[in-house]
Amino acid sequence: MSFGDYMLFIVGAVLVNNILLAQFLGNCPFLGVSKRMDTATGMSMAVVFVITLAGACTWLVQYYVLIPFNIEYLQTIFFILVIASLVQLVEIIMQKTVPGLYRALGIYLPLITTNCAVLGVAIINIQKEFDFVQMLVFSFASAVGYGLALCLFAGIRERFALARIPKVFEGTALGLVTAGFMSLAFSGFAGLVGH
Amino acid sequence: MLVEGLALGGLGLVAALGLGVAAKVFYVERDPLVEAIEGALPGANCGGCGFAGCSSAALAIASGKAAPNICVGGGPEVGAAVATILGVEAGFREPQVATPGCTYGGEKADLKFNYDGVPDCRAAVLLAGGPKVCDIGCLGLGTCARACPFGAITIGPDNLPHVDPLLCTGCGTCERVCPKDIIVLSNTTARILGFNSLKDCLAPCQSTCPAQIDIPAYIKAIGQGRFAEAVSIIKEHNPLPLVCGRVCPHPCESACRRGLEGDPVNINHLKRFAADYEMGTGQHIQPFCLPQNGRKVAIVGGGPAGLTAAYYLARLGYSPTIFEAMPKMGGMTRYGIPEYRLPKATLDWEIQGILELGVEARCNQAMGKDFTLESLRQEGFEAIFLGVGAWGSRNLGVDGEELNGVLPGTSMLIDRGLDKETPVGEKVVIIGGGNTAIDCARTCWRLGAKEVTVLYRRSRSEMPANDIEVFEAENEGVKFHFLAAPTRLVGKDGKLTGLEFLKMELGEPDASGRRRPVPVKGSETILEVDNVIAAIGQFPELAFLDGDQAGQQVERTKWSTIKADEEVTCTNIPGVFAGGDTVLGAATVVQAIGMGRKAARAIHLHLAGQDPSISPDWVKSPKQVTTLKKIENAPAPGQRVKMPELHVPERAMNFNEVELGLTEELARQESQRCLQCGLVCYRRQGQPDTIACASCGK
Repeated sequence: MSFGDYMLFIVGAVLVNNILLAQFLGNCPFLGVSKRMDTATGMSMAVVFVITLAGACTWLVQYYVLIPFNIEYLQTIFFILVIASLVQLVEIIMQKTVPGLYRALGIYLPLITTNCAVLGVAIINIQKEFDFVQMLVFSFASAVGYGLALCLFAGIRERFALARIPKVFEGTALGLVTAGFMSLAFSGFAGLVGH
Repeated sequence: MLVEGLALGGLGLVAALGLGVAAKVFYVERDPLVEAIEGALPGANCGGCGFAGCSSAALAIASGKAAPNICVGGGPEVGAAVATILGVEAGFREPQVATPGCTYGGEKADLKFNYDGVPDCRAAVLLAGGPKVCDIGCLGLGTCARACPFGAITIGPDNLPHVDPLLCTGCGTCERVCPKDIIVLSNTTARILGFNSLKDCLAPCQSTCPAQIDIPAYIKAIGQGRFAEAVSIIKEHNPLPLVCGRVCPHPCESACRRGLEGDPVNINHLKRFAADYEMGTGQHIQPFCLPQNGRKVAIVGGGPAGLTAAYYLARLGYSPTIFEAMPKMGGMTRYGIPEYRLPKATLDWEIQGILELGVEARCNQAMGKDFTLESLRQEGFEAIFLGVGAWGSRNLGVDGEELNGVLPGTSMLIDRGLDKETPVGEKVVIIGGGNTAIDCARTCWRLGAKEVTVLYRRSRSEMPANDIEVFEAENEGVKFHFLAAPTRLVGKDGKLTGLEFLKMELGEPDASGRRRPVPVKGSETILEVDNVIAAIGQFPELAFLDGDQAGQQVERTKWSTIKADEEVTCTNIPGVFAGGDTVLGAATVVQAIGMGRKAARAIHLHLAGQDPSISPDWVKSPKQVTTLKKIENAPAPGQRVKMPELHVPERAMNFNEVELGLTEELARQESQRCLQCGLVCYRRQGQPDTIACASCGK
């Protein structure tokens, strides 16, 4: 792949096939931590870090464990195991070595264990048959797309603080409606890159 | 099946081993101290201490980065518990309380939001092309009420947040979540050091008051029958409400928007009502004071400026000592204002309340005679405030001033304050147009003078005296002779017999904006008089400063006042501050009170080693941001209540207080006339009192 191809590849992953708004993965933290911009940015950073790392590990497990032993059908359970232990491991190591970053990411790191966007990206990596470098770029770009959507959403939800919202729409209800509109807006990117 | 089992088991084993090894290798030792501290903290994770949660706070306390008493959620007991664990003494932490208010254009709001492109309410008014109800204040959504971890905030029926001060711990969660900076933390120090800022939603009265009293708030409290609270609100900015409620020239009433259609609200008499209520209960309503820090400040002069500075310094934890040259405290309020306007018993009661806060008073101590600047420093006073007033009377500068029967303006009033005999003749002429002149005239009338005349060189509209004083003097039979200036005093055998004056006419306006009187040639007239009192102005007598070298260095102006910044109150000598009439020349009590608090602020910052210069947002002189020419849709103006007074015959030959004070019914009736204004908003017709300013809650 040339440099231009990679650029298109990245744009495709960030905007066109946005993991959140086009593929609807990771909606739980999308609604849970998007009430304030600072928590949203913290979560985005943690997601970028974990998705890239988990993408690499699951790719290795797929090609060096599952395929040689011919047990690809156990992919989901293997990947969950890998991601969960990976997040734990990262947490333990970070607490000791980079306590600053550990405190900054705080509660979001263990929360990611249950984030289906991580598993989603890991499985897409395999389905699309990426090589190792493509996998890394794709994982990173998808995570950036996730962060972008999360921050945009948090920006909108902060403005809700200034709006008179009917009682029944308060909280998650209006959040979901807004997420729907954002998703529609992102579908406008569909023709941008031919993926 | 075996392969799957092995692979899954193997991966599980690898993961478990990896985690196990990592946990061993990267083991982070938990400090038992940190855990003990964390156990003592309430675990509310409110974030009021500035750390992310109780664990982070515990870590910071253990490592010495934070004080043991930083926890705001648990109150002083938690601080004490933590201090016990650490084996230190818990220091005092000033309590904070959430205060809903209206500060537009807050920096946070600016960064985060814009109000349809309009950054504050002033701009909103310009866009709307005239007055309108503020709709960018509190939104009433209750975010703060939901966020409060201690359940201290409720959204009232008026759709505004109400804070229960007993439940509020001052954690600041509400302040952080409020998108519009409506609710902010405040504490005693911040309120004492805080002065009107361009960002505040100030009613015209509050921005005009030299003492910056929150007038709409106390009027609202009176209207709702919360009299003790009204007293507390007044005492935030004015420690002398009994005095001010009686003698203040109330510039606030001239600014009152009610005055745009009919009479302004009777603000000053409402203040007097609240103050009289406090005195009526017999119990001083004392404000919160910080614990004493043992630092000594000397206050020279026990007048309103000195008393105010001492009051605020005592509240900030300092130990102020007032040095008063006269036998009793009060300065010009005691020795310049006659008994019938301000009874001495009332004044004594007010001063007693201030002294009870831990202010030491040393009377009969004159600077330059009993002590000097240098001796004060040697005695351990770290800062010195000079508030000695303006006690020198200006001379007439005409022939015959040395005659028997000619009195300087203030001497009669001072003698009355000292309970000395003050005999007057039958015909008395007072020269001057200020309050001192009227005070002298009404005093002479009470002392039995048959014919009292006030001679003033300009016309009535230029008189600096309070209108009501002139009006009452006329009621009592005092004659006024406008546009007349004395030229000569005539006497026989050293005794005054007559006064010659010239008629004047008004010419071009002078520097003060008043038209300059010009003599009419050949209009000399002679009046037969027994006494002439010259009340044409006062100036500070500063000779006492020259007693020592330090005092000689204090810079003065050509008007014989001490040179000090009117906002910062610093003189040219570090650690020496000045305020009141000493700096302003003869001015008003309320101006002295305003400067007294400014001096307390400057002294506090000076002793804390901080820069006392003022912020650019500081409102130096009252500025009306928008000049409303008329008020629309305001509730019916109603009739301004009249102060009940003694009838004129009851006033003769005695010094009983003339104004009797408003009754509760009259006060509550008058308070309903208040429009509860903000910067540009005011109460509209049909709005219940509680949502006075639409949304900001003032």
